[in-house]
Amino acid sequence: MQAYAGRILHVDLSTGKVGTETLNEALAKQYIGGIGLGIYLLMKHSKPGTDAFSPDNPLIFATGPLSGTMGPTAGNGYAVVSKSPATGGVAESKAHGFFGPELKRAGYDAVVFSGKSEKLVYAWIDDDTVHLMDAQHLKGKSPNETDTAIREELGDYYIRVSAIGEAGEKLVRFASIINDEFRAVGRTGMGAVMGSKNLKAVAVRGTKDVNVADLEGFKEFIKMIHERMKGPATRKYRTLGTPENVLVLNALAALPTRNFTQATFEGAEKVSGEYLNEHYVKKIIGCATCAMRCDHIAVVPEGPYKGSTSRMEFECLWALGPSCGVDRLDAIIEAMRLCNHYGVDGISAGVTVGFAMDLYENGILTKDKTDGMDLRFGNHEALIEMIKGIGSRSGWLGDVLAEGTKLAAEKIGKSANQYAPHIKGLELPGYDIRGLKTAALGFAVSFRGACHLRSGAYSPDVKGKVNRFKIEKGRGKIVMENEDLYNAIDSLILCKFSRGTYYDGLDDMAKYYSLATGIEANAEDLRKAGERINNLARLFNIREGVGTREYDTLPPKITSVPIPDEGVAKGSFVNKEEFELGLDDYYEVRGWTKQGVPTVTKLEELDLGRFAHIVKKKGEK
Amino acid sequence: MAKLHERKFVSADPEKCVGCSVCEYACSMVKEKTYNPTKARVRVIRLGPLVNLAVACRLCEDPACVAACPRDALSQEENTGIIVVDDDKCNGCGWCIEGCDYGAIMLHPERKVVYVCDTCKEEGKPQCVEWCPEEALDFVTADVLAQKARRNAVKKLFQESQEEPTEK
Repeated sequence: MQAYAGRILHVDLSTGKVGTETLNEALAKQYIGGIGLGIYLLMKHSKPGTDAFSPDNPLIFATGPLSGTMGPTAGNGYAVVSKSPATGGVAESKAHGFFGPELKRAGYDAVVFSGKSEKLVYAWIDDDTVHLMDAQHLKGKSPNETDTAIREELGDYYIRVSAIGEAGEKLVRFASIINDEFRAVGRTGMGAVMGSKNLKAVAVRGTKDVNVADLEGFKEFIKMIHERMKGPATRKYRTLGTPENVLVLNALAALPTRNFTQATFEGAEKVSGEYLNEHYVKKIIGCATCAMRCDHIAVVPEGPYKGSTSRMEFECLWALGPSCGVDRLDAIIEAMRLCNHYGVDGISAGVTVGFAMDLYENGILTKDKTDGMDLRFGNHEALIEMIKGIGSRSGWLGDVLAEGTKLAAEKIGKSANQYAPHIKGLELPGYDIRGLKTAALGFAVSFRGACHLRSGAYSPDVKGKVNRFKIEKGRGKIVMENEDLYNAIDSLILCKFSRGTYYDGLDDMAKYYSLATGIEANAEDLRKAGERINNLARLFNIREGVGTREYDTLPPKITSVPIPDEGVAKGSFVNKEEFELGLDDYYEVRGWTKQGVPTVTKLEELDLGRFAHIVKKKGEK
Repeated sequence: MAKLHERKFVSADPEKCVGCSVCEYACSMVKEKTYNPTKARVRVIRLGPLVNLAVACRLCEDPACVAACPRDALSQEENTGIIVVDDDKCNGCGWCIEGCDYGAIMLHPERKVVYVCDTCKEEGKPQCVEWCPEEALDFVTADVLAQKARRNAVKKLFQESQEEPTEK
């Protein structure tokens, strides 16, 4: 087995004890790496009912099989897996950049952090040596400041650092972990779990070789992908970037505006990818080993936010912009910079502020709760102040919103939950799923909560491959197939921006995997691994009591407030009947019960028989 | 006899370099048959998101590395300007590393002798240049670099002089 390191590192933060275990080939092939391996290790090393912030909740950093090779995008990623403080279910998030390959070169396929340090520390992984270093002087520092300080004090410029900011330390439930200044393990609150362990950062220096099984064949393969990366499959990411979506979705009346009140934004032109690139983007840079580059670095040239610099992508731009009714890119860039500064997920942060603005406009939050702030939609100064409040948990409202929309709605009370745009506790991304109904089904059944990247089910809707205004039989299959594909992608840790360069889909990916690892695998092996991973994630959620049908829901606004905008989408929302039909259809193709529970037969088919006790009722054998 | 300006070296264009480090991986693949940037002869520096540059040996005239070596382990090829390391003489003392203004000569992590870009002499042309997806790397002489800089300067001047009236 090549390309894999063949080792998993265990670090007990309570005792400082460090050990390694071997990763064998059979396990590697079954779970691939990345989120697959991570979810397996989570299942293995956690006990049912453990709170996300308990020292017993393991925090797992996993590289992919290709991390550390020259493989474009797959060479540069890592995934973080744990139990989510936002959803209470399985959490996973990935980031690219330069950190992942460094961890692989240090000789690890995964690192499992358990326990809780007494004081704030950072883990210094120097190839085979692991030290827990005092980090009290780094308290309150941003991930980027932490990165710089650690490289400075350890005296090696090429050390790579993955760190939390103040938000992670203060257990903001959607806190992120950031490497390389802008690359975020953004979703599902992994930064908060890290903070709960008093782990400020993971610093790595890896100097070992990463070898592939067939160097010549691998070289030819990546040469081919490099060429494809210069072609049409990546055009969007290399030119306008994902903010291109602003005008595309706006034209479809699928751009959620003012917390899913409208589906078009009158300020769309001003926050479009076109406008962003013309006025703000200074340079487009790339991650390690990538031949396409996509990081649009935006700098505000003038005005109150002059000099503010951040990478900009669609989702966060949407959350901090249209979702809050804000039509100023300079303020959006500053808000994004602050999200990276505090270390919070830009999607959840923006959506949460938009939610609070909605409550304010509807009289549920009043000025006595906002410290006198005029929290109306479109107030960019209020947006900035709220991000600061959330990131540092300051002020009554900042502290409440730091819990995420689900728990914040419970704390605020009244009818606040009617306005909360989350699924399973994770905030919705920027697609108005009232008129993108395959996506609605995909978001509802996603194991990590509302997410466009668990199945990419918005794609058939946006591209017009299906009637996006209804859910009908067959959508379950579309969602399932895409989920299984995306699970394989996230376990190989291929960047989804590059997915179009694999012209033959899983066939190409299997070839890529086999050339690197020497493990024979075909498209069906990868697909089945994807299905296995989805079922295992579902099992984890069932084990934690959040994995059955009643948790596969949609927010009230999606199911009861019709799109008001004149045009193609007017009047659309997801009705109960079609939604239930969609769930039935999805569970059926998955081989699950009506309750959304995998059957023992299905589990055995996927070599998950050892976990069958989770789905058996008490007394059943 | 080759003149100095005919010596070609690997140069990165700061406008085009995006810091992706494909060059480092390509270098280790070609030279070391593995993937390991810590064994690459070209290295990328990212000082911030807007400042990225790959650096390799510049084939200096009167190279400081050669002059600094107390064991005569380094020499410069007359024709190509490539720095040649005599592995038997080198004891990894690092005086050459201190002498180099560019950090282009490095101590090999395993062999414990210094190593430096040889412009892929055996492969015919530098493979990092071949692989660079941004075409940011060039295999050029100092003279050609100067020509390029001049051309760009003049282009810019003309653009500015042409833009000005239309703006008013």
